[in-house]
Amino acid sequence: MEILLSLLVGVLMSVSVWMLLSRNLVKFLFGLVLISNVANLIIFKVGGLTMGAPPLIVDGIAAEYANSLPQALVLTAIVIGFGLVSFTLVLALKAYQAIGTLNVDEMTLAEKRQDPDDSSEPS
Amino acid sequence: MNSLIFSTISRLLVGLMLLFSVFLLWRGHNEPGGGFIGGLVAAAGIIVYGLAEGPAMMRKLLRVNPRTLVLIGLLTAMFAGILPLLQDNAFLTGMWMFIGATATDKGLALGTPLIFDIGVYLVVVGGVAGMVIALEEEL
Amino acid sequence: MPAEISPQTNAYSNSEIRQGINNSAKIAFACALASAIAFFVAYLSQISTISAEIPWTFNTQWVPRLGVELAFRVDGLSLLFGLLISGIGILVVIYSYGYFKAHKSHDRLQWLLLAFMLSMLGLVSSDNIILLFIFWELTTITSFLLVGFDHENSNARRSALQALLVTGGGGLALLVGLIMLAQASGTYLLSEIIAAGPAIAEHEHYPVILTLILLGAFTKSAQFPFHFWLPNAMAAPSPVSAYLHSATMVKAGIYLMMRLQPSLGGTEEWFYALSIAGGITAVWSSMMALKQNDLKLMLAWTTVMALGTITLFLASNLQIAALAAVTFLVVHAFYKCALFLVIGNVDKSTGTRDFNKLGSLVRFMPITTVGAVLAALSMAGIPPFLGFIGKELKYEGALALAEQPWLIVATAVAANAMMVAIALTFIFRVFLGGQSTITREPKEVSVLMWIGPVLLATAGLLSGIFPDLIAQSFIQPAVSSILATSSEVKLSLWHGVNGPLILSVITVAIGTLLFFKLNLVSQAINNLVEKLPVISDNAYEVLLNGTQSLASGLTNRLQTGSLSHYLTIVFSVFVVSVTATLLYQPVAMNFTNLTAVTPLIALVVIFMMGAALVLAFSNTRLLSICALGVVGSGVAVLFLVFGAIDVAITQLMVETLFVVLIATVLIKLPRFPEQKNSAKGRGYRDAFIAIAAGVVMTIITLGVSLTPLDMTVTEFFEANSLVKAYGRNIVNVILVDFRALDTLGEVAVVATAAMAVIALVKVRVHPQGPHS
Repeated sequence: MEILLSLLVGVLMSVSVWMLLSRNLVKFLFGLVLISNVANLIIFKVGGLTMGAPPLIVDGIAAEYANSLPQALVLTAIVIGFGLVSFTLVLALKAYQAIGTLNVDEMTLAEKRQDPDDSSEPS
Repeated sequence: MNSLIFSTISRLLVGLMLLFSVFLLWRGHNEPGGGFIGGLVAAAGIIVYGLAEGPAMMRKLLRVNPRTLVLIGLLTAMFAGILPLLQDNAFLTGMWMFIGATATDKGLALGTPLIFDIGVYLVVVGGVAGMVIALEEEL
Repeated sequence: MPAEISPQTNAYSNSEIRQGINNSAKIAFACALASAIAFFVAYLSQISTISAEIPWTFNTQWVPRLGVELAFRVDGLSLLFGLLISGIGILVVIYSYGYFKAHKSHDRLQWLLLAFMLSMLGLVSSDNIILLFIFWELTTITSFLLVGFDHENSNARRSALQALLVTGGGGLALLVGLIMLAQASGTYLLSEIIAAGPAIAEHEHYPVILTLILLGAFTKSAQFPFHFWLPNAMAAPSPVSAYLHSATMVKAGIYLMMRLQPSLGGTEEWFYALSIAGGITAVWSSMMALKQNDLKLMLAWTTVMALGTITLFLASNLQIAALAAVTFLVVHAFYKCALFLVIGNVDKSTGTRDFNKLGSLVRFMPITTVGAVLAALSMAGIPPFLGFIGKELKYEGALALAEQPWLIVATAVAANAMMVAIALTFIFRVFLGGQSTITREPKEVSVLMWIGPVLLATAGLLSGIFPDLIAQSFIQPAVSSILATSSEVKLSLWHGVNGPLILSVITVAIGTLLFFKLNLVSQAINNLVEKLPVISDNAYEVLLNGTQSLASGLTNRLQTGSLSHYLTIVFSVFVVSVTATLLYQPVAMNFTNLTAVTPLIALVVIFMMGAALVLAFSNTRLLSICALGVVGSGVAVLFLVFGAIDVAITQLMVETLFVVLIATVLIKLPRFPEQKNSAKGRGYRDAFIAIAAGVVMTIITLGVSLTPLDMTVTEFFEANSLVKAYGRNIVNVILVDFRALDTLGEVAVVATAAMAVIALVKVRVHPQGPHS
């Protein structure tokens, strides 16, 4: 199981990096969604895996619960990840409306055209 | 989306989801649920309604500006933190009162963590719904 | 180095004088003056106890864990410095009031002078070495602000920055040196370190400690090769130069060397470091002083020379050397401060500081002339001035130094002869004789501005005639502090005909000769200097420019503005650094306790991997979104299977909301473009980085999951969730109770993100770009 899940993490990581390095901003966004998922999965996985037994206390039963700490971490991380991706999404939309391209290289060029002083050395 | 079926179902659905979200929030301390999940369910309900009826109706349903909702949520969570300060406890220490407690049963437990969770709930509902409303309105 | 520093008279011209001095300047002046007087009186009142070698002390805790105490201790040496700082402070504050008058930043100058004075007093009174360092740096900062007072002048800014960088850099070395010294001696109290005596010289780190501390002292006191900042700092207004660059700040390094001599001194390293640096400084600056036309620069170089001479004498631990150093320190403070103030008056009245253009000022400025001539005579070492006693002691000390006496004697004679020449220049070329070529008619300055130089010059005369005025009360306790033993000190004008007197006669003769051939001499020196590589100031320039161009080069290289470029760097560094760590320290993997794979999980994982691969190669948006959804739901299923119900529900809800949001936005965005062939090379590189990142991540994750976990925190939550927080859902209890502060922060992040999205959506962008 450990090996299988580590492989899963590796594959997902590779795909998300591949997407993030893409020159298309939408693909980059998909990569961002994916890498948040990978991060959550890694935190959850390295916190130790226990089948069943959710961390809910039942009177009289001294059960072995799943590790509650990474669960709490991941839960908030998911919601924050949602906020992050939403913001990036809107940012991409606005950038497209302003510059008219989703190619990140062309965006860089467009920015340099707008601020010709930007690339000059600080005095 | 001007589908009569979807529109009708969405009205029914939003009521159910909002009710369910409050239920999730309430029982979150002892069963699966809580402010984050409750807030997401409520926001999802509102968004389903908005897909059917349009952003103007979403605003009507919320009654208050989503940004106000977020602010109220943050203040509520802060309030839950400040209350214990009045009794010389650390910020955000849980404080409890038990209604109808007997020797065997501690009765209905109400505490500042519940207030805090309500704050979380409001921030999530306001934040997520606010984002979607803003997008729907502008695009 | 900048050859000429333009006079600043124009900035504070006469038109401003007629306007009244504003109230804030008056308040600042009153505060500065009152503080200076209060300190001066307080120090005076302690003379009798301290000269009986009973120090005044004050201790209170500040940061006990770091050994930092507010520990103050005023002994003979501190008293001498304290009196000089506060006494000259009084005169400089009064002088500045007359000098700056209605200048728009007059109040700022007075506050800065006060701040500087307090830092300086703190520095010489600190008994804790961390405290000493703090005051040391405070003097650096306040002097930066004072030198750059005329901040609209780029030259002043450059000089201020140079002084800050050089002394600040030395300060860093000093900090390390002081901490090592404290560690080596086991105490942070200076008095205890000194009481322990020269034992530190046996310590294995002694050479490092000595080097670092001397770096601090040499930069502060402008010793070769760090001397260049002091003449450049003459961009400061004259009263600031008079205060900082003659009597106080530049003496901080001297103070430190005097203070630490009982502990660090007495070794060969100490002797050679101080005598070589001091000797080179003294000779070099003598030559540089003679070639200046600007009177202020001339004074600045003689200050460097004086500092070099004192350093030279501190090299030895003989009583006569310490006595010579202390006496010369006092002499120098008196006459040099007076002369700087005199130059300020001349500059203010005539608009120039070039002695070739000035002459016979006695006709216009009689009182200033009195101060100038008296101070110059003391500088020349003519009897009966204190300067004469100082010079005699220097010769006595030089003759007594056991090693290389003739070299030191020659240095001292050369330096003193040069001072005679400069003093004669002051007297006969500027004040009593010479031809003036300036057009405007100079006026005598107000009493505020002549009282300082006249009093200081008179002090130099009176203490020469009646040396007992200062011998037992100030000089002797200071000498005792330096040597850490009680010393008897006797100062007198007449010693009979002996070695020092003969040397004095020779000095005056050479000095007079130099004076008459001054043009020739300065021409010769100019020729010599042109042949020598003058490295210090240039090296500073090269270093500074190099750092700046390195920084901007790096910034241009790294901050390209290209997203994919940044990410390529980030992930490459991730892969390389983690791989290096793994190779250096392999993860121990124990495959004995693996959990069996259930069919459900195998199925889910296969689906997820497949979806991920589809995502990677998909070129339509709908397919990509579906693949993303499959992966997200798969993650939710995994959460559910491994007992994380809350997380699974959250994940599912968020997945749903993602789809809604992305669908809403994607309608407005174009489809994926066709893959271009030209991007293939880059595609291989990206693929390599992606695969490498995946492999590295697999190894790390596997390594961590095969390592036993520390469950302490989780066990605490499990044990206390119901008992203390009355909740059965441990995850929720962690979120709203145990770690509620974290959650509050996270909720704030969600709120901020939502606000930002709402605000950003409403921004109207123009198709040509938001800026145009």
